[in-house]
Amino acid sequence: MAKKEYAFYPGCSSQKGASASNYLTSVESMCKTLDIKITEIPDWNCCGASISYAEAGELPRHVMNARNFALAEQNLPGQDIVATCAACWLGARESKERLEHNSVLMADTQEALKEAGLNIKVIPEVRHMVEVLIEDLGYGELASHVKKPLEGMKFAGYVGCQTNRPFGISGESFENPMYLDKLIETVGGEAVKYDQKVTCCGGALAFSEPDKAQAQIKDIIEAAYDSGAEMLVTPCPLCQANTEVYQGQINKKYGTKFNLPVLYYSQLMVLAYGGSAKDAGLNGQVIKARKLEEFASK
Amino acid sequence: MSDMNQQMAAKYRNNFLKEIEEQAEMGEWVKMCMQCGVCSGSCPTNFHPGWDHPPQEIFMMIRAGKRDEVLNSNSMWNCVSCYNCYVRCPRKVPITHIMHGIAEYAYRIGRAPKNQPTLHLSQTFWNNATKTGRVNEVQLTQSLYFKNGIGDGIKQALAMQDVALGLVKAGRLNPLEALGMGHKCKDIKGIHAMLAKARELEAKRKGRAA
Amino acid sequence: MADTKTAAYICKGCELGSRLDTAALAKVAAKEGKMNLVREHDFLCSADGVAMIRNDIDNEGVTHVALCACSRRAKTEAFNFQTVAVSRGNLREGVIWIRPDSDEARETTQEMAEDYVRMACAEVKAMQAPKGNPNTGVSKTLLVVGGGVSGMTSALEASKAGYKVVLVEKTGALGGWAACLWKRVPNREPFKAPMDNGVADLIAQIEADANIKVYLNAVVSKTAGAPGRFKVDIAVESGPTVTEDIGAIIQATGFELYDASKIAGFGYDNAKVIDQAGLEALARAANGGVIKRADGKEVKSVVFVQCAGQRDASKEHLEYCSGHCCATSVKQAMYFKDANPDVDTLVLYTDLRMPGNNEDFYRAAQNKGVIFSKGVVSRVESSGDGCRVNFKDLILDEETAAEADLVVLATGMVPTTGPDLDQLAEANRLAEGGDEAAKAQVIQMKAKSVLNLDYRQGPDMPQFKHGFNDSHFICFPYETRRTAIYAAGPVRRPMDIAQTMEDATGAAMKAIQAMENAGLGRAAHPRAGDLSFPTARLEGCTQCKRCTVECPFGAIDEDEKRFPLFNESRCRRCGTCMGACPVRVISFENYSVNTVGAQIKAVDIPDEFSEKPRVLILACENDAYPALDMAGMNRLEYDPFVRIIPVRCLGSVNTIWITDALNSGYDGVMLMGCKHGEQYQCHFVKGSELGRYRMSKVYDTLKGMNLETERLMDLEVAITDIETLPQKINEYAAKIVEMGMSPFKGL
Repeated sequence: MAKKEYAFYPGCSSQKGASASNYLTSVESMCKTLDIKITEIPDWNCCGASISYAEAGELPRHVMNARNFALAEQNLPGQDIVATCAACWLGARESKERLEHNSVLMADTQEALKEAGLNIKVIPEVRHMVEVLIEDLGYGELASHVKKPLEGMKFAGYVGCQTNRPFGISGESFENPMYLDKLIETVGGEAVKYDQKVTCCGGALAFSEPDKAQAQIKDIIEAAYDSGAEMLVTPCPLCQANTEVYQGQINKKYGTKFNLPVLYYSQLMVLAYGGSAKDAGLNGQVIKARKLEEFASK
Repeated sequence: MSDMNQQMAAKYRNNFLKEIEEQAEMGEWVKMCMQCGVCSGSCPTNFHPGWDHPPQEIFMMIRAGKRDEVLNSNSMWNCVSCYNCYVRCPRKVPITHIMHGIAEYAYRIGRAPKNQPTLHLSQTFWNNATKTGRVNEVQLTQSLYFKNGIGDGIKQALAMQDVALGLVKAGRLNPLEALGMGHKCKDIKGIHAMLAKARELEAKRKGRAA
Repeated sequence: MADTKTAAYICKGCELGSRLDTAALAKVAAKEGKMNLVREHDFLCSADGVAMIRNDIDNEGVTHVALCACSRRAKTEAFNFQTVAVSRGNLREGVIWIRPDSDEARETTQEMAEDYVRMACAEVKAMQAPKGNPNTGVSKTLLVVGGGVSGMTSALEASKAGYKVVLVEKTGALGGWAACLWKRVPNREPFKAPMDNGVADLIAQIEADANIKVYLNAVVSKTAGAPGRFKVDIAVESGPTVTEDIGAIIQATGFELYDASKIAGFGYDNAKVIDQAGLEALARAANGGVIKRADGKEVKSVVFVQCAGQRDASKEHLEYCSGHCCATSVKQAMYFKDANPDVDTLVLYTDLRMPGNNEDFYRAAQNKGVIFSKGVVSRVESSGDGCRVNFKDLILDEETAAEADLVVLATGMVPTTGPDLDQLAEANRLAEGGDEAAKAQVIQMKAKSVLNLDYRQGPDMPQFKHGFNDSHFICFPYETRRTAIYAAGPVRRPMDIAQTMEDATGAAMKAIQAMENAGLGRAAHPRAGDLSFPTARLEGCTQCKRCTVECPFGAIDEDEKRFPLFNESRCRRCGTCMGACPVRVISFENYSVNTVGAQIKAVDIPDEFSEKPRVLILACENDAYPALDMAGMNRLEYDPFVRIIPVRCLGSVNTIWITDALNSGYDGVMLMGCKHGEQYQCHFVKGSELGRYRMSKVYDTLKGMNLETERLMDLEVAITDIETLPQKINEYAAKIVEMGMSPFKGL
């Protein structure tokens, strides 16, 4: 019996071969070390993310999340839902709160769910993976598995928006959350101080309004460089993609020479726990994290 | 679609605030705004360059009855869901949702600006996700690039080809998805029925002809 | 009269014994100070030391005590000898604590201490122990003028404390403005809806209170006398005039609303464009139902215009904010929404002032659908059967307009303070010169008087800004410039009902304090417990009237022989009269031209070759002297050649002191006291201003003596200037050295 069990909601990007495939790999490896059992919610569907609002409307978005709640409740009773994607977590938690407070919305939702043969009795708790790590396990427990501290490496902990606002992790401040810095320190790394920690990467508008989003991304990466960071660390798949894949275009447009690897917190943890580059999903980096690859091979 | 617009305009004659209260998500909060301006000052996309009408102004315009200017505006579509305004608002107005709500409503009644790229993204994303219950990322990207025709689509694809290749090499892009292969839900039929019912219920509640 | 026996006590505690040669100080006290008895003690404020002094007073016939130890502001409980004259030589805070403990400094430090011993001895010999005002009044009845919420609250609070009250109200009913309100802004949880105005309850309490006597349809036609012995004539309409014996007075006469017809372009017609009082009347008439205009039309849309004729930068209307009007408009908007939620209510504001719990009230109004728009109204004009309000929307930055059935202007409070005394004095002057228009003006102004004081300085309280009475807003906001007469409620400054009740309670407490002290022959504020009072040697008086006119508190009247008549209990013992008198006939038993003059002359002035200048500093006891003491407590150092004499107020500085100092060979004289002017901090309001003004007149004298005018300096200080004072003193002393020694030494 694993120490902790959760109903796992990976989200569309954290699937094998999808844009956050490396995140999924590292999370699975990390959970094995920490003795956390994550079971995928059977036949889970897309949550709609933050961008679907215009076409979906209000109720259909809640219904998509509700189907996942119903499936989790049915198949993995008593387990909290844990999501690794920031937007999935935020959207699902918002739906949970809305449905719990608005009986009309809940009644309509149940009526729609009936069409899929589903029904909700009690909505499970919806957690983000970092919440689980910090609140259910604790920094002490996380540190106890460190075999190879990432000494001498400087990381910029990029929290971004949606793990921070509006819910926040573990009651931390919206303006200067420290949890990611603490995770970095827990695995032996150094977390630099820089002022773009909670600036938005542009989210979905990186696709629809690339100029606006890239201007923001440039500020974030520049600030990280200026503070001496060698790599960026993030808990959100869209932040990871946005800050990584557009560096080339930004360099062309602004004349910068960015080449900053962007990692997930789980990748750092896998490496610190003694895992291989493959376990940590390092082969999934578009901008290679050479220093970490060397570290992994030692 | 413009019939819906005329229908709503007639129903809420001269009371745009009431229209937003009843039709836009969280619209009943608009009247609680106290015009402090923190939202406009906190919005990251308000500075690269700015919204035509940042959130504080949008709320004021709603209260001043400026129906056309608000519904036609590009401003709300700039919202990236960062929730910065939301956590700083002294009245706890759910600004993020209201911006999305007004945008959605404008779209529903055919008043959203033409060629609004984020609207197009939203439509494409949702349609893609609800087709099989999970997002097909390659097809999504294709729909976005090629929305302005093949020529423009190829241009965009070429501009991003290094990125695409990098992702393929990194095992984060599966070219086979272009052919419709990849992750899907099993109960696609159930999902479609569920969503159809949800759309029907919402349209009825908001008094919009479905 | 008992024989005079003087005694000097030199303390050796707090390192005085080790830093100074106290034996030498004792010799100075005996030989030069000519004290009958001189004692040293290791620890003067100890029980033993105090007992020693007490024994000398009780059994050895000592009548005058010079205590050379710490500052007069320290150990006041230990050194409490009420029956004898006491002077304090400040050797601790004033000498050893502001000088370095080094060999080089020892000589000048000792010289400084010796001078202060000389000064303490000289001072005490010129003093008498004050015996208290023989002219006390024992009335403990409080007069409250005005029967609104302010007046009623004062009356009830005073009664609960056990005092009798006479309440005078000019209309036929108690309640004032609050009684006209349909409802009031809430003052308790959940702060979401208008509340009952509470006036009926207050009136019932007054009527049931045996301590409170109410005169309705009455005004105060004359107030004569002084605290503790006021004789107040109350004229009752179509009735006799009654005279009451009064101890202290509270003026709670409230306000009028600013005349909205003066606001050009706003179309005030009291029909479609009304003020807030007008709205309350319509609401009362509606009694919870839909509100109708005066012409009977049901109001379906209403616009509230905030800051109407207020906060006016152009100064054409009121310059200030009246504080309550935003909350009042919000409340009135709710009147409409509570009766009919479909009424369009729009509040146009530039800043919405809803302090404290009123924020919840604001939110509740927004929740009810009241619309708040940030805009500046330019014009209100007729539009069909209603109005069009033209305004600039400040958020959307555009000129626009709103249509409404009714427009409510939030106008401001204008206090009922009576005529401005300066304007009245000027009109009087012209009238006495024969000007007919001025004569008519005088009659008109006097008719507006509220208190009708039989004081030479005028019938009401002096005003300061915007028609409100002068109250020392920085330090003592309750104190007016008339002793034992307090202002309470909106007549003092604009305020709402909740603040008014607090204010009235405070005024009642202060009034009680004043009455009790007056009965004991003591000053109440700011020289609490002071038994001394000014007397004049009338044989020398030239009837110049300077004392009478310059007294900040109007304490001095004129008798039938045109001599000044001192009303002791109206006096605050500042000594401004003493400073004003050109022939120096005014003095207090323990503070006079002599007590300070003797100190000045007692200082040993070295000759001009000694390179030891002497600089006199006259420091006011309210801010300057405490700041100097605190500089000492912080061991901040300053020049050893200054000699500091505390004075009650710079207003009490008689120019003879300055000329005497210069004639004696002092190299410089500095006046150190509180700020004067629009942001004054002078505890006696006008004292420091007068002191500085008089000093500027001495410049001619200086020129006549061929002395540089820079030798005279005036320093404005606040009690917080602890760090900067030593610097300023040192700078000044350095300047004096540069100018060179006074040529008047040794003459």
